[in-house]
Amino acid sequence: MSLTKAERTIILSMWDKISTQADAIGTEALERLFTSYPQTKTYFPHFDLRPGSVHLRVHGAKVVAALGDAVKSIDNVAGALTKLSELHAYILRVDPVNFKLLSHCLLVTVASHFPADFTADAHTAWDKFLSIVSCVLTEKYR
Amino acid sequence: MVHFSAEEKTAVTSLWGKVNVEEAGGEALGRLLVVYPWTQRFFDNFGNLSSASAIMGNPKVKAHGKKVLTSFGDAIKNMDNLKGVFAKLSELHCDKLHVDPENFRLLGNVLVIILASHFGKEFTPGVQAAWQKLVAGVATALAHKYH
Repeated sequence: MSLTKAERTIILSMWDKISTQADAIGTEALERLFTSYPQTKTYFPHFDLRPGSVHLRVHGAKVVAALGDAVKSIDNVAGALTKLSELHAYILRVDPVNFKLLSHCLLVTVASHFPADFTADAHTAWDKFLSIVSCVLTEKYR
Repeated sequence: MVHFSAEEKTAVTSLWGKVNVEEAGGEALGRLLVVYPWTQRFFDNFGNLSSASAIMGNPKVKAHGKKVLTSFGDAIKNMDNLKGVFAKLSELHCDKLHVDPENFRLLGNVLVIILASHFGKEFTPGVQAAWQKLVAGVATALAHKYH
């Protein structure tokens, strides 16, 4: 599965808007993840996960910054995320099912902040892009 | 058996009261067919599904989406007995329609995304969590009679 030219264009143009609220979006996506899927909190026993916590804000910003790196190298996401891929495979070892959950929460967050931009085509492009990122991050698991 | 707290029920019903079932149903089914094109396998007789705009404007998609979401509305009136509400529909989806239950989960998540885009800030993490519980309960209830 790879992005069409049109989908790449959608992602790049929407990213310009998203990046202006990057930290807030990352934080909100994580809040949604932990609220709807409490089992995901098991990966963060060392964090204060209450809404508004510094941990959440810092980590949310990190997640979206990484997505930004992937967007900037949209033709070579695997290359852009090599280090993160190794981190998830050998250190973090987050079960692959959780990437779908976070991807869904990112889509919900983007849809709620940018409803006019989040057309059916944009929805498809983002769903595909996040699937690709998830694949790259779990690529070295075994 | 899924149990909904009073708050969760309120989160669901208060939002539902503001939903245009006809529009939202068409949008939800349309987006399912656009974002996950393999789901079109169940709708060979729906006519033109060749592009996003064709799908979203297709009258059969809109009509069927309305049907599906109306049935969702019945579930919302009986959140404590989803398996009972969907027993007959579950048999239908297994025996006659042959639909993989994974499709119910996909549609449920598409519906959540549509609600987020319609309601913006009002669709808080807490409200989303109640709706995720509901769509998961509906998906499970629809799969319950499969054999």
